[in-house]
Amino acid sequence: MDMKTQTSVFDYAPAPESRSVVDIAPSYGLFIDGEFTEAADGKVFKTVSPSTEEVLSEVAQAGAEDVDRAVKAARKAFGKWSALPGSERAKYLFRIARIIQERSRELAVLETLDNGKPIKETRDADLPLVAAHFFYYAGWADKLDHAGYGANPRPLGVAGQVIPWNFPLLMLAWKIAPALATGNTVVLKPAETTPLSALFFADICRQAGLPKGVVNILTGYGDAGAALVEHPDVNKVAFTGSTAVGKAIARSVAGTSKKVTLELGGKGANIVFDDAPIDQAVEGIVSGIFFNQGQVCCAGSRLLVQESIQDELLDSLKRRLSTLRLGDPLDKNTDIGAINSAEQLARITALTETGEAEGAERWTAPCDLPSAGYWFAPTLFTNVTQAHTIARDEIFGPVLSVLSFRTPDEAVAKANNSQYGLSAGIWTEKGSRILAVANKLRAGVVWANTFNKFDPTSPFGGYKESGFGREGGRHGLEGYLDV
Amino acid sequence: MPTNAPAAAFADATASDGALRRFLHGLPGIDPVGLEARAASLGTRSIKTSAKAYAIDLAISMIDLTTLEGADTPGKVRALAAKAVHPDPTDRTTPHTAAVCVYPDMVATAKEVLKGSDVKVASVATAFPAGRAALPVKLADVRDAVAAGADEIDMVIDRGAFLAGHYLKVYEEIAAVRAECGDKARLKVIFETGELSTYDNIRRASWLGMMGGADFIKTSTGKVAVNATPPNTLVLLEAVRDFRAQTGIQVGVKPAGGIRSTKDAVKFLVLVNETVGGDWLDNHWFRFGASSLLNDLLMQRQKLATGRYSGPDYVTVD
Amino acid sequence: MSEKSSEKSEPTRLGVFKTYKLYVGGKFPRSESGRVYEVVDSKGKWLANAPLSSRKDARDAVVAARKAFGGWAGATAYNRGQILYRIAEMLEGRKDQFVREVAEAEGLSKSKAAAVVDAAIDRWVWYAGWTDKIGQVVGGANPVAGPFFNLSTPEPTGVVTVLAPQESSFLGLVSVIAPVIATGNTVIVIASEKAPLPALSLGEVLATSDLPGGVVNVLSGKTAEIAAPLAAHQDVNAIDLTGAGSDLARDLEIAAADNLKRVVRPKAVDFSADPGTDRLTAFLETKTVWHPTGSLGASGSAY
Repeated sequence: MDMKTQTSVFDYAPAPESRSVVDIAPSYGLFIDGEFTEAADGKVFKTVSPSTEEVLSEVAQAGAEDVDRAVKAARKAFGKWSALPGSERAKYLFRIARIIQERSRELAVLETLDNGKPIKETRDADLPLVAAHFFYYAGWADKLDHAGYGANPRPLGVAGQVIPWNFPLLMLAWKIAPALATGNTVVLKPAETTPLSALFFADICRQAGLPKGVVNILTGYGDAGAALVEHPDVNKVAFTGSTAVGKAIARSVAGTSKKVTLELGGKGANIVFDDAPIDQAVEGIVSGIFFNQGQVCCAGSRLLVQESIQDELLDSLKRRLSTLRLGDPLDKNTDIGAINSAEQLARITALTETGEAEGAERWTAPCDLPSAGYWFAPTLFTNVTQAHTIARDEIFGPVLSVLSFRTPDEAVAKANNSQYGLSAGIWTEKGSRILAVANKLRAGVVWANTFNKFDPTSPFGGYKESGFGREGGRHGLEGYLDV
Repeated sequence: MPTNAPAAAFADATASDGALRRFLHGLPGIDPVGLEARAASLGTRSIKTSAKAYAIDLAISMIDLTTLEGADTPGKVRALAAKAVHPDPTDRTTPHTAAVCVYPDMVATAKEVLKGSDVKVASVATAFPAGRAALPVKLADVRDAVAAGADEIDMVIDRGAFLAGHYLKVYEEIAAVRAECGDKARLKVIFETGELSTYDNIRRASWLGMMGGADFIKTSTGKVAVNATPPNTLVLLEAVRDFRAQTGIQVGVKPAGGIRSTKDAVKFLVLVNETVGGDWLDNHWFRFGASSLLNDLLMQRQKLATGRYSGPDYVTVD
Repeated sequence: MSEKSSEKSEPTRLGVFKTYKLYVGGKFPRSESGRVYEVVDSKGKWLANAPLSSRKDARDAVVAARKAFGGWAGATAYNRGQILYRIAEMLEGRKDQFVREVAEAEGLSKSKAAAVVDAAIDRWVWYAGWTDKIGQVVGGANPVAGPFFNLSTPEPTGVVTVLAPQESSFLGLVSVIAPVIATGNTVIVIASEKAPLPALSLGEVLATSDLPGGVVNVLSGKTAEIAAPLAAHQDVNAIDLTGAGSDLARDLEIAAADNLKRVVRPKAVDFSADPGTDRLTAFLETKTVWHPTGSLGASGSAY
């Protein structure tokens, strides 16, 4: 009888997070030696909201002279800071963790404005992880004797840190928390497209009463980052970003005594076996490549699906992708936000065009793109082989390449057939297969029946050209100790 | 009355206990953490203003307003039925509920009050809630309820048989009840998900119910510790989605027990919307088995209409 | 090469020289270059000719090391430990030969050379015991804030090029290769340029110690010439620059950046001291595996 023909539509009304919780100043200086100062040459640059292209603020653009000033300030602060009892350094870090928790709503909105990622992610992922990271490393500061690096391990000195735009505040936390816990002082350069949360962090340092010069923030471009890395009085270089820049840094520190950790690119394989928990695998694939618009170094950007379930899985995946909500990042119901910059959008666009030109089949989720800002609809490519550019190069965007395999051996061989080795995923209900495959994957993080999970206690970092050193956990201390 | 007749499609799978076991155990597994994370993530959807108003009215229209107490009397059932027709006496624009849900001996009473309205009468049966009786007794229970005018039968499966692995027995019982309902009543099959315990079992039971001819699959009786939850309802929704994809037959879903607030109800509607979509956003295909939920929905409805928070004295106690 | 001349009037027996060869892929090839160079003792006296390895020898060694990697890394730690211990056993039996070679190479007295060889043998024993312990010391479960089991495990980096120390031709050599293979890496070692004979002889010991071919590959020749292609080789995962001077080390580190090799920079090392774990951990990657744990079921405590 009457199966109702009229289909109901449950449209979610806009549910924007309030922008008024964050007060962005029209301009910001460099944070050196506890003070905000202009760049030596007076240069400034603008930071825009990627979802609207609205100018958010104007910030100072650091040059070589400013780098030198900041390194000097960090050097000056190093003596007292490293001589503090660990228990005192710990308390500063605990203070920072707590202030971040208190101000997390403000910081989440700020991060969403400056980065373009959905408020759902900054609120539920970035900010909780930022606070947790400081809280975790705070506890290490007075326990370094017990960390497995011998008695009384010493800090390195001044750490020069350069971070990317995809998780601005979280990458700052990954860099600054272990550096300070171990007694180093810091000069940090955030990415030019996302300088604001690092500048707000400077204010958190002020509220926490952190001694001046312990943390210095230099906003600027790649030239400032290079000057920082190459500065002769920097003892430690920590970089997260592209493999190309990572290699340049590795060359530039050659022959010095600088200790280096690099977290670079990836082309993670997400392997789905025919006995996978399919519904959870679909969720894992989605979060693997569409979390943060796919602008994640450990993204599961290569889906390796067992050929026997490929069609079924792709149907499920496409159906699921059709429910993703793309739009205003401040709307609490937005799943997919804006691409971080026009440059990144151009890169994603170019690589997807290459994918089509090379014969891969493109499918794009049905969604309307806003007229202003930088947007890219969730996209997947089928009929992709190992030889395709989109199966090898990191796209760093919401684009999934789908490849198939027949046997576990073939899955492992294809997964490992990459210059990178950062992350991988395994989906199967068979426990022994999980362990066997995990054992054979050449990747620093393997998620089995889950994906894109992070925790301050869990070491993170890559094999091969995905970099070296680990961040997080006890392992994350090593990069900041003279051991 | 649409009668699900999937039996032919699953003739091989239901040929023997062994075949049925192989079929059910061949369904994709469920990772509990991933399932619960997905349900929780959908629970963070922010449903405001016009969307909330839509959801509240939809939820009211989907309620099987329920009383299943040993102390039920004709008076209690009449009051409940009256409320089902006019949930908010101060606002006649309020939709009526989908049904009232009572024990078989109260069906006639409810039917009488509901005469002339679109509100259906649902009756639990098959030795509800434990399901511990011989099949002829259960079928007699169903026959009584249908004869008294029940539009819908909410049967419980034999969880003991299910957990002992006697899937064919469970299947045949569902099919027998389905036959007993004939074309007079739609059949809801209750799994008592809290007793099946694992999500894998809930998925298997969902398929078993649908293969046996369920018009609706329903989480629970409301009589055990864990009743409807977002994750176990999500399993049911995935099952009806996949069943339709495979057979073309659409089956309804009814979470029951433990859903008390508007906030909860809206979360379930979001689950429906994002798992199976608009085809199920209708009381022909989705129901809430609830009693106290209705008053909270009414208070929230009044709040949206007036801008003031309402209170328990402004909705009826029945 | 010291030969005792026979007493009395019997004719002097002419000694049998050893042709020193490379050790690559479990075999003893001559250099692909077909060239050798003279190796002399600390007083300048000719000892032997050693193969002068070419770029192609380096290339072949990488192929052999890569081929051996899967099996060696996949062997149980107990098995690797037994093989390293077997190396010590074999060395113990050929101690006299190594004492002689070390004494000649480094200009040490016989007793000092014997102490060095003893220390080198003991070093194999030390690392033999580490194979099944390092994983527990540097790995472990991480208490993440969520329903997940999370385990970090050290894994070998892969194919490692080692520039053996130039001065400590045997103890130094053992001290830089044993920790690399203990954890499952395979190695291409460039022997001390001026004193390669103990390294080349070590190959003969390794070949009879159950060590799979290709796990250790020994090249002799000009360190800078052999190291350059290895530092730039895209299928080498790490490089230990211990045997390089500072200019060479810088150049090699720059070349190594092309595929982001793990680099151990040269620094002064007292090979007689407790080696610690630094050389073990330098060629380990940390792999962290996550898996959901969560509730037992739908009636569990998750909500």
